[in-house]
Amino acid sequence: MMEAIYIAGHGGQGTLSTGQLLANACLKEGKFVAYLPHYGVEKRGGVSNCGVTISNQQISSPFVTEPTVLIVMNNLSLERYEKAVVPGGLLITNSSLVENAVTRNDVRVVPIAANEEAERMGHPMVANNIILGALLELTGVVSVETVADSLKEVLPERHHGKIPANLQALERGAALARKHKLVDQR
Amino acid sequence: MKKAFSRPQSLLDVPFHYCPGCTHGVAHRLVGEVIDELGIQDNVIGHAPVGCAVFTMDYFDFDMISAAHGRAPAVATGVKRVLPDRVVFTYQGDGDLAAIGTGEFVHAAVRGEKITCIFINNAVYGMTGGQMAPTTLPGQKTKTTPFGRDSVISGYPIKVCEMLTPLDGAAYIARAAVHSPRAIIQAKKAIKKAFQVQMAGLGFSLVEILSTCPTNWGLTPLEAVKWLEENMIPYFPLGEYKVPAAGVI
Amino acid sequence: MRVLMKGNEAIGEGAVRAGCRYFFGYPITPQSELTHYLAKRLPEVGGLFLQAESEVASINMVYGAAAAGARVMTSSSGPGISLMQEGLSYLAGSELPSVIVNLMRGGPGLGNIAPSQSDYFQAVKGGGHGDYHMIVLAPNTAQEMLDTMGKAFDLADQYRNPVMVMADGIMGQMMEAVDLAGDTKIEIPPKPWATTGMAHHTGKNVINSCLVIPEEMEELNLRLEKKYKVISQKEQACDQYMLADADIVLVAFGLVSRICMSAVEKARAMGIKAGLIRPITLWPFPTELIEKTADKTRAYLTVEMNMGQMIEDVRLAVRGRAPVFHYGRLGGMVPELKDVLAEIKNLHEGGTGR
Ligand SMILES: Cc1ncc(C[n+]2csc(CCOP(=O)(O)OP(=O)(O)O)c2C)c(N)n1
Ligand code: SF4
Ligand SMILES: [Mg+2]
Repeated sequence: MMEAIYIAGHGGQGTLSTGQLLANACLKEGKFVAYLPHYGVEKRGGVSNCGVTISNQQISSPFVTEPTVLIVMNNLSLERYEKAVVPGGLLITNSSLVENAVTRNDVRVVPIAANEEAERMGHPMVANNIILGALLELTGVVSVETVADSLKEVLPERHHGKIPANLQALERGAALARKHKLVDQR
Repeated sequence: MKKAFSRPQSLLDVPFHYCPGCTHGVAHRLVGEVIDELGIQDNVIGHAPVGCAVFTMDYFDFDMISAAHGRAPAVATGVKRVLPDRVVFTYQGDGDLAAIGTGEFVHAAVRGEKITCIFINNAVYGMTGGQMAPTTLPGQKTKTTPFGRDSVISGYPIKVCEMLTPLDGAAYIARAAVHSPRAIIQAKKAIKKAFQVQMAGLGFSLVEILSTCPTNWGLTPLEAVKWLEENMIPYFPLGEYKVPAAGVI
Repeated sequence: MRVLMKGNEAIGEGAVRAGCRYFFGYPITPQSELTHYLAKRLPEVGGLFLQAESEVASINMVYGAAAAGARVMTSSSGPGISLMQEGLSYLAGSELPSVIVNLMRGGPGLGNIAPSQSDYFQAVKGGGHGDYHMIVLAPNTAQEMLDTMGKAFDLADQYRNPVMVMADGIMGQMMEAVDLAGDTKIEIPPKPWATTGMAHHTGKNVINSCLVIPEEMEELNLRLEKKYKVISQKEQACDQYMLADADIVLVAFGLVSRICMSAVEKARAMGIKAGLIRPITLWPFPTELIEKTADKTRAYLTVEMNMGQMIEDVRLAVRGRAPVFHYGRLGGMVPELKDVLAEIKNLHEGGTGR
């Protein structure tokens, strides 16, 4: 297995579509991939999580219970899933909404202020792809180009006008992660 | 000499099992005659109900399907959707169609399903031994309403034709009876029209036929005919409730 | 061509590729995406998607379409499948080929829309009235969900019998790569028994399960029994994983079997000789293979999303030659890898499960 990624947030944050986009791109690069959503009863605002398992061989369990990468989009998700990350794993937080402190010290923590960045770009809806851009930069599971290709397939025709903003978001996320890497190295 | 009375080709030469004076047999014959006259014996698929008419599949000489209690209009829907050029009908009692099968016949009509329902209203559950039917009249005694149907407890008879008439999918709705030669002629006309409406692709058609059940009414065949005329017809008025625009068929 | 598909969509596409052109159903979560998919896809291939007024109507429409000779299916979950039981019994009694998909959810009652395997008994032991069996298939990947549909329709036609495809609800939502390149040739055997009107076959055809004379009903029962025996002998199917030298054997179907595969891998890494049997046909149950392993197995562990249903069939196969334990999560909860592993460790150390 290469990565077991868990994306946790609430409805409306684009967690499920981010997971699907990533899964689609992995497939494009010839990897084995499984995507499994988990959501609450409420249509809006409820729990909305998904797991994406990426591997170079057949995937046995598609359930992500011990993520190598955890993305948390809100405080509740941090509280709930922080403990599950494997030691040495990666924890990306959406620091625009996650104010609580991370208690783990055996994982790599990368805060990305996704909502603020998205606002700054003038596209508040692309916060999720800023996070995805950071994930791609930090893990290298698939290339940004492949994800860009996948956008066309995953987004319905009528939303294709939003593709440039989403691409920009991926780039922005990647740039923020690069900056973070430099800080880490210092 | 011209034979005035012969078995329709669509009916097999086997004796009916119905009780003496039961008008199920008359209704069978009318359906058989209409199918002969329309020349559709080779293209018709009938549906037997659960009720005294469960054995219609043994009487009619064409393809038959035995449906679960009340479900014939749903089964017929499946058949008709697969074979839209065949003529598809159900033959159902009042318990079958108007109690347990209420959802199925109403929604077949709602969809404008191009099938025909022959609905035998004998105001009682014949086969199971004379319990209250949804069409049992107020005050009518049955095995499960031994003091007469009390509307406070059991409500009122269901008026199927009146219910269906406002539905856009219903193309031909009529109520007839088989208690007199004149009524029988009217009933046959209605059955024929119902099939023609289906064949013209106009929508759902249903003919309710007021019928006797001397056995469970506790009457002689003659008394039963009289009871039908005096009690059922006033409550369930005969006639065509809905017809396609003139000239369409 | 490999594409990412939800399990629900894979089932729908599998049905279309199997030549199914008729779907009758009533909305219920968690199988909605299957109906959404077919509502779009069937008209593209000249088929019909019809939303019925209830599951009772759906299954009877299936009955009619099957009687008319078509490849036809319906799908539902928990409460809807319960409403279909009468129709399933009629389909079995009238020997009508048909495919029913059950994406199981938490129950009893209204329960919830979370994944479950609690309809095992209902599917394999009857559910409806009378002496009958459905063939029950349990895929465990999106690819297999697609492939299983072809198999389901073939078996249904071959044996003139209803076939149920069962998966837990989350499998419908799960997305995996599905290969759409495969064989798309559709071969539907002739159905001279179908009620299509006498102009279209010889003689009069009758579809019926009402045989009032007990001697005649017994004759039908005996014929069915004979058919079920043939199916039992010929159609048992299962997968095995690291079974050859295993002394602790897990038995699980559907998605749970994949959690168990991971558990077996982890157990092996710890030096425990664990293995897995995954029934693909739940009826007929793969008794033969399980029976063969009984003498060299120290303990069996069934892992199910129910209180222990399949365990009864495993016990029947093992016939007391080894202990059979059960680990289950209920109500829509999914067994976790670490907990299954703990069960295996416990058995390895001579514990008795619980
Ligand atoms: C699900 C189910 N419930 C009950 C029965 C028993 N049952 C058989 S016939 C019948 C009533 C039939 O009455 P009706 O439809 O009025 O027909 P009739 O015999 O009067 O012509 C009933 C309740 C059944 N076969 N199936
Ligand atoms: S019980 Fe009534 S309906 Fe049934 S056959 Fe006898 S008279 Fe006719
Ligand atoms: Mg009656």
